[in-house]
Amino acid sequence: MASTFSERLRPGGAAGAAPDKRPPLAARLADRIRHGDIGALPVILGLVAIAVVFRIANPFFLTPLNLTNLFLQIASIGAIATGVVLVLLLGEIDLSVGAVSGLCAAVMAVVVVNHGLPGWLGVVAGLLAGLLIGLFQGAWITKLRVPSFVVTLAGYLGWQGALLWILGNTGTVNLSDPFIVALVNSRLPVWLGWALAAATVLAMALGEWRARMRRAGAGLPAEGSGRVALVVLRSAVLLAAVLLMSLNRNPRGNPPIAGVPTGVFIVLVLIALLDFVTTRTRFGRYVFAVGGSAEAARRAGIPVDRVRIAVFALASGLAAAGGLLAASRLYAVNQSSGGGDVLLNAIAAAVIGGTSLFGGRGSTWSALLGALVIGAIANGMDLLAFASSVRFMITGAVLLAAVTLDSYARSRREQFGR
Amino acid sequence: MEPPAAPAPGGRVPLLELRGIRKRFGAVEALSGVDFEVYPAEVVGLVGDNGAGKSTLVKVIAGTYQPEEGEYRFAGRTVTVSSPRHASELGIQTVYQDLALCENLDVVANLYLGREELRPLLPGTVEILDELSMERRAWQFVQELHVRIPSLRKLVAALSGGQRQSVAVARAVMWNSKVVLLDEPTAALGVEQTQQVKELVRSLRERRLGVVVISHNLADVFDITDRIVVLRQGKRVASFETRSATRQDVVASITGAEFGQGAVG
Repeated sequence: MASTFSERLRPGGAAGAAPDKRPPLAARLADRIRHGDIGALPVILGLVAIAVVFRIANPFFLTPLNLTNLFLQIASIGAIATGVVLVLLLGEIDLSVGAVSGLCAAVMAVVVVNHGLPGWLGVVAGLLAGLLIGLFQGAWITKLRVPSFVVTLAGYLGWQGALLWILGNTGTVNLSDPFIVALVNSRLPVWLGWALAAATVLAMALGEWRARMRRAGAGLPAEGSGRVALVVLRSAVLLAAVLLMSLNRNPRGNPPIAGVPTGVFIVLVLIALLDFVTTRTRFGRYVFAVGGSAEAARRAGIPVDRVRIAVFALASGLAAAGGLLAASRLYAVNQSSGGGDVLLNAIAAAVIGGTSLFGGRGSTWSALLGALVIGAIANGMDLLAFASSVRFMITGAVLLAAVTLDSYARSRREQFGR
Repeated sequence: MEPPAAPAPGGRVPLLELRGIRKRFGAVEALSGVDFEVYPAEVVGLVGDNGAGKSTLVKVIAGTYQPEEGEYRFAGRTVTVSSPRHASELGIQTVYQDLALCENLDVVANLYLGREELRPLLPGTVEILDELSMERRAWQFVQELHVRIPSLRKLVAALSGGQRQSVAVARAVMWNSKVVLLDEPTAALGVEQTQQVKELVRSLRERRLGVVVISHNLADVFDITDRIVVLRQGKRVASFETRSATRQDVVASITGAEFGQGAVG
């Protein structure tokens, strides 16, 4: 996404690279929108609009307490939606992520509560269960050539059954293991939050500076100012979020409650890690290639089936992570864990965040942005005491708008691509 | 009746040489004893009516089909090309009409698809894509080929048809290729874009590659080839020196109306 900011016209012939004129940033941005290259722009505008509307309706919406709560509310969906993004990048779908998140949380609960094993072992078992489920579904989809829609729909039913079976008569398992409870419900010390944020900003700036130095050293033309702007923007957002969560959010003032919640931290690390994997590694390149044209990828010698299986395994693993976060936040696993609107919210979050349903376009950060939109609508409506009927209809309308934008952008790209 | 080999430019060994290739599908004999050869720095046009056996011959050369009979020689040595991968390892690349590009990736990513260069993120840690090194080499290569592409960081989706064709051809020849087969490279292209592809074919010849162009467009074939091979009903019916052939000759041997005039084989 950043690189398209820095397009430059290069003459082909033997004359070599000539200096070129770049239109101003605003003009280039307008050009990109016209050509259907819109990326995360709509969802960011949407978030701003939501913030303004709810702030006007209820001043409590933008307080540190409520916003930190909002981040905690979306942690689980954010993790699950990240897995959905990966599957959508392939041009496939995974309808089992909700059920898998519930089942894996139940696996963790059984390991820890029923067998009395340590909490970290329960977490490992839950994540492993997710990976294995994903491997199984992925292998079924690729080796037996059954559409992912059907395999994961069967998974949606089957894993839900497995959840009920594992929970048995009890129906609910309460969690009190300190490690598991702390996954979401404890806070990083304020100084640690700042230190991590500062280190991240420094790493981003240093990385950008190194990339520029290397480009100059290699005799390639410098990238445009867009990349620097992006680093500045991301740093500003990160620092603002950490500041927000570092303020005392206890409405009574004492004792002070401040610091980044561990659940939020875990989700941010997961998303950043998978963003790195998808954009910087060979595996990530292959995911995009398979999503763009599986046939072209196959002819280029890319192991298409292995890439697909790995992505389904990752998606289920992330669903498991989301399930563990939800269980930690709820202090319990029950028969409705991972049920209800979890699946649909996760898929909606990925799409609302700007990941294309048609494969090959998107970013793991769209999981966070989309989850924020859905979470903010739910949170704001709760503050205003709207019935959930209204919330469902509004969320549905937002999803419809997002998918329509995606389709529109796609047709613009096809029109201008010729 | 074995037709004599086409005149060898400078008497050299053909890069690619097929002798007496037979391929049948059930009761239909798609190729009945076809000879074919390409020399270094030669552009050969492969023409013929629909069903004459062009596609089958291309797929035999590309390793997709295995012939029942006949000899396949590459750089003077007899080989058995068992798969497209094998053909590409030998240095034979085919650019089909669908181009097989990933439109959602940029030009560099497409040129390096499946052959990405890596470097450690920090010494001794995970390997990441070495975008810089790939872009630098791609840039040099694209300049050598005189390919006109606005930016190597543009998504292929944003390129014109001619530019996409150029990217597909550049990718085919980037990896030490000796022979390139182009299937209808100018179909569905405008005048200017066709010109661009023709220039690219000429620069492939300058690089001493053997180029096979399959085309329905005789004007283009006459414009860029050194030699024209005509197939009809699974047989090679003629091989013309492009310089000395006329359109009537070629059309006549494609349709079989006036057989033999000016033909070598």
